[in-house]
Amino acid sequence: MYEIVSKTVLNPTVIRMDIKAPWVARKAEAGQFIILRVDEEGERIPLTVADYDREAGTVTIIFQKVGATTDKLAEKEAGEFIADFAGPLGRPTETEGLKKVAVVGGGVGCAIAYPVAKKLHEQGCEVHSVVGFRSKDLVILEDDFRRVSDRFVPMSDDGSWGEKGLVTNALRALIESGEQYDEVIAIGPVIMMKFVCQLTKEFGVKTVVSMNPIMIDGTGMCGGCRLTVGGKMKFACVDGPDFDGHEVDFDEAMKRGAMYKPFEKHARECNLLKMGVN
Amino acid sequence: MPNMSLKKNEMPSQSPEIRRNNYEEVALGYTEELALDEAARCLNCKNMPCVSGCPVNIKIPHFIKKIAEGDYEGAYKIIADSSSLPAVCGRVCPQETQCEAKCVRGIKGDPVGIGRLERFAADWHNAHSDALPEKPEPNGHRVAVVGSGPSGLTCAGDLAKAGYDVTVFEALHTPGGVLVYGIPEFRLPKAIVKKEISTLRALGVKIETNMVIGKSLTIDELLEDGFEAVYVGTGAGLPRFMGIPGENLCGVYSANEFLTRVNLMKAYREDSDTPIAHAKNVAVVGGGNVAMDAARCAKRLGAETVSIVYRRSEAELPARAEEVEHAKEEGIEFHLLSNPTEILADENGNCAGITCVKMGLGEPDESGRRRPVVIEGSEFRLDADCVIMAIGTSPNPLIRSTTEGLECAKWGGIIADEDGLTSRDRVYAGGDAVTGAATVILAMGAGKTAAAAIDRKIMGNA
Repeated sequence: MYEIVSKTVLNPTVIRMDIKAPWVARKAEAGQFIILRVDEEGERIPLTVADYDREAGTVTIIFQKVGATTDKLAEKEAGEFIADFAGPLGRPTETEGLKKVAVVGGGVGCAIAYPVAKKLHEQGCEVHSVVGFRSKDLVILEDDFRRVSDRFVPMSDDGSWGEKGLVTNALRALIESGEQYDEVIAIGPVIMMKFVCQLTKEFGVKTVVSMNPIMIDGTGMCGGCRLTVGGKMKFACVDGPDFDGHEVDFDEAMKRGAMYKPFEKHARECNLLKMGVN
Repeated sequence: MPNMSLKKNEMPSQSPEIRRNNYEEVALGYTEELALDEAARCLNCKNMPCVSGCPVNIKIPHFIKKIAEGDYEGAYKIIADSSSLPAVCGRVCPQETQCEAKCVRGIKGDPVGIGRLERFAADWHNAHSDALPEKPEPNGHRVAVVGSGPSGLTCAGDLAKAGYDVTVFEALHTPGGVLVYGIPEFRLPKAIVKKEISTLRALGVKIETNMVIGKSLTIDELLEDGFEAVYVGTGAGLPRFMGIPGENLCGVYSANEFLTRVNLMKAYREDSDTPIAHAKNVAVVGGGNVAMDAARCAKRLGAETVSIVYRRSEAELPARAEEVEHAKEEGIEFHLLSNPTEILADENGNCAGITCVKMGLGEPDESGRRRPVVIEGSEFRLDADCVIMAIGTSPNPLIRSTTEGLECAKWGGIIADEDGLTSRDRVYAGGDAVTGAATVILAMGAGKTAAAAIDRKIMGNA
């Protein structure tokens, strides 16, 4: 059993938790993920490491309530326990040698983009963060991003926070204004990563994306997380989750990601009934 | 007087019409009467040829004699001396190619039903005895075992019996490895695996779940941490695919994923949090035991048609004859000498069917089996809204890539000598991680051999 040491509601659907998991905290690096189960009957879900505290032995996860399991997890309070928490899994994000990077985060993907921006900042890299949300009330980690960014460009779909527009508009403006990046690191919805990659390909800027496909074991056994990268089959759990964005087949990844949508909708409705909401 | 009947006593089973709709065990086990009758068929040969066919050298005629005498607990004890998982082996071992293949009674007629008798003794013990084994006197030495599948559990059990302080590290949330994620409930009830594991815990074996060795901890860290030896029994790894178009369509699974969802995550139950496709027409590609398991699970999930697609002929099917028989009885169709060339999509990008070609058999290949060759112009289509690829696995890279100096074969398997020793001092390995996909009992045999070698190594040093 793994204790929830603290819980913070970041916005109406996004929650941050620090989980006591010393074995994971000891090794975790930005870009890696964990697999958890809420309770003994629960499904296994992967979540990317948002932060860690090696001394306190805690790992931070930030998740959006998107389905039955994340709804159930969100019901848990600090001091309560979850059944399983395994990791760190996957390869850490490669940051070595990078001098100037644009980190592009979208929605809850910012929870994963932030530790990467922080790591880059700590190694002396110039970090430009382009961060987008649908609207102001969904914004998370603003102060954290500002702290580790040399330039911070907030964007929102409705203009209620920062500039109105998509992250790709802002990134295009930066590149066209003459900013030269060693690399762009894009983390967010698959559709966002797809369009960031289309843009950077045009300018020939190397782009790394963090994929978050459906997984079961997360250790290289089930193959559920397979993607097509550069025409080859790759497993996000052991080969990724970071990949060269110009090589990823995003359309296929989007289809695979939506495979259990009907089941998920049904499970969620059942859950809500059980919880007495409705 | 021995029972000279040429026929082995039949295994009582659930009828196919009933069982293809449930997950209860298919084979029901011998009654006491059947067991006594079958045990009387053993001639108690002096040279015990059957024992040489057993990868863990169970003293077969001795335990059968105990059954014949009505001392079932005594029979169990003899099996348990050599095997850490008696109730498991009695169910999933391919006895027909091992112990029973060497049985003298098999020269004229059926061999003695050794596997069925083994299962009887183990089940009798589980039903009648709550007595857990006593924890042996500790010898003060620590050994780590990576992976809690049949190989790791056997190694752990043998070392614990010798007094070692053994910790087993398991990546998943439940111990048992392939016994829990791979082999379905109707072939190996999970309660049995649980019981075998609690026996090991009573012997003092510690099991740490959610520990991914190579990630949470490395082999070197285990050795630095005071474990005097490490046994790597991490099993099979990444699923193989054919490299044909359409393998990433929604509705295409690896057998590993399909079986893990069904068995480990209980996706067959209405109330499971883990989803699975409830398909109408399922095609399973491959001809091994894993393919049979996947096909039979798909049938139980409610599929109208389930087909095995295999590129060689029935004679070459790698699955146990009994499993093929069971699958056929349950209505699984066999498309033999057929090989998929493409998985087809519907307008929404979901899997809708497969295109196959018919194969003929040519000259024998390096495996000694006749090589399948494509018959030109023989293309045909099978409707399938779910395709399961059961064509094997390649080794998991997690330990190989984080253990310096651990030599691996070109195909990725860990290289180990006949004792299970790898290229690294005090690091042993066995089971599928070394051999590639094989059987539960061979993995157990490797765990047993390595346990003996580890004991010699540590005692020699002490």
